Amino acid sequence: MPKARIYLDNHATTPVDERVLEAMLPYLKENFGNASSGSHAFGWEAEAAVNKARQQVAELIGAEPSEIIFTSGATESNNLALKGAVDYYKAKGNHIVTLQTEHKAVLETCKWLERVRVERMEELKALRLMQLLGRAVHEDEIPSLSQTHALQEDLLLQLWASTVQSGARVSYLPVQQDGRVCLKSFEKALQPSTVVASVGLANSEIGTLQPIDEIGALCRKHGVLFHVDAVQGAGKVPFHVEEASADLVSLSSHKLYGPKGIGALYVRKKPRIRLSPLLHGGGQERGMRSGTLNVPSIVGFGKACEIAKAEQATEATRLKALRERLWKGISSQLDFVSVNASMEHRLPGNLSIAFSFVEGDALMRELKSIAVSTGSACASDSLQPSYVLSALGLGDEVAHCSLRFGLGRFTTEAEIDETIARVTKAVLRLREISVLYEMAKQGVDLKGFQWSQH
Amino acid sequence: MQYSEKILEHFNNPQNVGTLDSADPNVGTGLVGAPACGDVMRLQLKISDAGIIEDARFKTFGCGSAIASSSLVSEWVKGKTLDQAATITNKAVAQELSLPPVKIHCSVLAEDAIKAAIEDFRQKQAVRNGTQTPEANHG
Repeated sequence: MPKARIYLDNHATTPVDERVLEAMLPYLKENFGNASSGSHAFGWEAEAAVNKARQQVAELIGAEPSEIIFTSGATESNNLALKGAVDYYKAKGNHIVTLQTEHKAVLETCKWLERVRVERMEELKALRLMQLLGRAVHEDEIPSLSQTHALQEDLLLQLWASTVQSGARVSYLPVQQDGRVCLKSFEKALQPSTVVASVGLANSEIGTLQPIDEIGALCRKHGVLFHVDAVQGAGKVPFHVEEASADLVSLSSHKLYGPKGIGALYVRKKPRIRLSPLLHGGGQERGMRSGTLNVPSIVGFGKACEIAKAEQATEATRLKALRERLWKGISSQLDFVSVNASMEHRLPGNLSIAFSFVEGDALMRELKSIAVSTGSACASDSLQPSYVLSALGLGDEVAHCSLRFGLGRFTTEAEIDETIARVTKAVLRLREISVLYEMAKQGVDLKGFQWSQH
Repeated sequence: MQYSEKILEHFNNPQNVGTLDSADPNVGTGLVGAPACGDVMRLQLKISDAGIIEDARFKTFGCGSAIASSSLVSEWVKGKTLDQAATITNKAVAQELSLPPVKIHCSVLAEDAIKAAIEDFRQKQAVRNGTQTPEANHG
């Protein structure tokens, strides 16, 4: 008999809650109006539904409804927060502080901003060299000519550079072995020219909760805007924009048992934070995000936030107990297993385990109908091990051996017990085949061993 | 990505998993790869006095493709002479298992493991012959 599928990948996405779907249906059918149509009842109904949802989303994080900007999801929210703030506040500076373990939607946005700035600088160098040489300068010549003409010390170029207002410089801060940033080094990284600091509430891979309120206080103290990517944490752990001193907060619906393709950015009104928009058009969402509102999804997102808020405390307790059961079940039957990053400061539904001497992709294949994810390079097309696990400083071999279990609202105790049994069996089988396990059992020092490189 | 049928066959039911006595003069051991790279393969060959590979055993830490590649070559080398075994290429392994491009390195590792095991055996032989030579002179 084929075994039923078990879904333990709730950090990737969550199923839509029945109650959410129920709330959405009328807005996919008879209540199809455009929330911007102010002249008739179809529009008014849609607008009222959006207003209600805005209230529900705001309440989840302790915000005012008018501080919620609906977007297409967290990737857009993160882009809008960072690009929007860097552009709007370019007179203040051009520096961003973030963590090495942030989501790609933050890191890649930062990298793009860095590239933009570097390209502008290169253009100015070329221009200055042309001026000095009185001839056209080819791109390839710039590095050597910069040397011979000592552009490093060129005052005019420095003056030009100081006026560059595109892009940003970025500090990517390391985390400690428990996955959290050191507050002292965070404060040190804040410069007078730092416009915004971006830190995730909870990590999507290892579930680590950052000391977000303390970080927010440091940002306030230094006059730096604080952006929180709360995608994984909101609705799962307590989070309040005032306690966190957050100015910008990214949220996603589909991590909260709502529909995909909808998210929000909280933008503080007191004091008022402004952003340059990414999308121009009809001026919806206080001009920060034009585009006809996605009413059914917004309604679903609102409902999802309402449920998450109401059930957060009881659900967190339930998930922690299930996670404890999972970890106890696995660790009591297998040797050489460990939890990645802090167990204390962690999302209730997250467990990231290193199964030493077993490769993660092979383990996932062996588990077949249990949906989990791995930090192993072999499971990714880039063949790069998880940058989050690497940032913990545990070595690439840990990333290769790790599985992420993401428990959620619909995870049952029976599923956890089934998972324990199948994971244990799978690890035992693969360790039978594993040369590393044999060597470890014989007491070989694997760290000190001279491996052949390939 | 989906594994091919052939990969699954070897992954689910790997052949010749095990360990031979590496101190045995007739056993050549090849240990290739590194834990930090995500795959380590050990292939051991037992070579008869006539120079035929009469047994092979492997143990591998790695993804399904790495395990399948090991299992496949452990089958292929049996009954071959060392020179014949040395002609097994990663291309043949990749083709047989329909490895996707990102998994080609698994087949490279398998080829390296064969070469390393043969090399180990030949070095052992050389040492043995080396120590035997003075004796032969005495005789």
